[in-house]
Amino acid sequence: METIFLIDKTVIAFIAFAITLLIATYSTYAERKIAAFMQDRVGPDRAGPFGILQPLADAGKFFFKEEIIPDTSNKFLFIIGPGIAMLTALMTSVVIPWGGSLNLAGRDIPLQVADLNIGVLYVFAVVSLGVYGIMIGGWASNNKYSLLGAIRASSQMISYELSMGLALIALIMITGTLSMKEIVEQQHGMNWNIFYQPFGFLLFIICAFAECNRTPFDLPECEAELVGGYHTEYSSMKLGFYMFAEYINMFISSAFMASLYFGGYNFPFMDSLGLSQNAITIIGVFVFFLKIFFFIFVFMWVRWTLPRFRYDQLMRLGWQWMIPLSLLNVFITGLVLLWYDK
Amino acid sequence: MNPIAFLILSVLTISSALMVVFSKNPIYSVLWLIICFFSITGHYILLDAHFLAVVNLIVYAGAIMVLFLFVIMLLNLNKETEPHKPMILKAAAVLSGCLLMIVLAASLQGYAQQPPAIITEEFGTAKGVGKVLFTDFLLPFEVASILFITAIVGSVILGKKHVND
Repeated sequence: METIFLIDKTVIAFIAFAITLLIATYSTYAERKIAAFMQDRVGPDRAGPFGILQPLADAGKFFFKEEIIPDTSNKFLFIIGPGIAMLTALMTSVVIPWGGSLNLAGRDIPLQVADLNIGVLYVFAVVSLGVYGIMIGGWASNNKYSLLGAIRASSQMISYELSMGLALIALIMITGTLSMKEIVEQQHGMNWNIFYQPFGFLLFIICAFAECNRTPFDLPECEAELVGGYHTEYSSMKLGFYMFAEYINMFISSAFMASLYFGGYNFPFMDSLGLSQNAITIIGVFVFFLKIFFFIFVFMWVRWTLPRFRYDQLMRLGWQWMIPLSLLNVFITGLVLLWYDK
Repeated sequence: MNPIAFLILSVLTISSALMVVFSKNPIYSVLWLIICFFSITGHYILLDAHFLAVVNLIVYAGAIMVLFLFVIMLLNLNKETEPHKPMILKAAAVLSGCLLMIVLAASLQGYAQQPPAIITEEFGTAKGVGKVLFTDFLLPFEVASILFITAIVGSVILGKKHVND
């Protein structure tokens, strides 16, 4: 029993890992195609039909580029920095419920690696560790621009973590649980949290953009004006790892938005279709991925819609607007809950 | 509790804590301290205190150590600029460290004989900890939060004063 359980979990973890990498790879393709579409261009179309092999070509290019490790850098930390960024990006997917449960050979297999009773807090813990990859990489480069870029990036992430937490506290007050699976199950039958917490969702999505370093909060990179931020000294696949970690973060945060606010794998009329449990579960997984793709599209859409903030504007928004507003949201949610409890 | 996991975690905790003290480079000290906090989190998980484990990660490894790293990276401390303390200070530090250890050992002396506490279903979860905090330990909890507010207000005032100068 114990070994079968372990095998199940290992298989699910590996599939989740493979899917995460695949989607992150093709997000780069989607980003270029969507950018091209919005700017009335064609986009990459040379590698394979519709340029579908472009991500593979990009990865190959990254591998074959000359790798430069600065002479004055701290070599060990310089090499380990992108690895930490990648590790923390991949760790979060453990608690995402990808679907309901499959019934195979008389056993119910929930499509989730671990249903922690502190799931939401676990996500926070891992997100707050994401700063280390950037800081260690930036410092180990031994370059003042890298260090300043790293400090910029990490102070942005720390500032927006706070209001992200407060936005989620309001959600947790409604759901009454920290387990991701229970939160998704409660949204069964169009009972989505977005209807109860529309403002909380707005705060959450803004913070998610800031945490992923995406436009309009992509100051850590500023590829058009600055030298490049914390990864100035990086080249070859190490730079590729930092970029790739960003796309994984984007995928994972889309998955969180879909499962916390938009019902996860639940879809309308799932009980009245009269299908078997396995069929419902498989459709649910597809629906969940559709929701995730929609949010990834929103990430890219915003990139070509809004200009970048200035650094002081970013900090003012984070500390003087987002935090008071999310506190207000928590307060109002508490009042409403008290009112309906009577 | 799994004895092998406990053994591995304990070795990791103690050796990383020693490395904090023995590293010449302050950045390495901070990084070892982060590893030390991680292994302490592992101990909490072994003890079924999941909420405490994750809060330890968020607060210590995720927030406080980031600030440590910030300060040390900006000051750019390294071996050459490290000030050498006089011998008498070093001796005093060793002496006070030993005294602290004696006090800690003395205060923990009776604990080995006590029977282990009964672990209920809710033990260590956010629910269990929350209930205990808001019933049995309400006063210390509120006093601690007032302490935090004081610290926040104090740091804001210090920061503002600096700008006006």
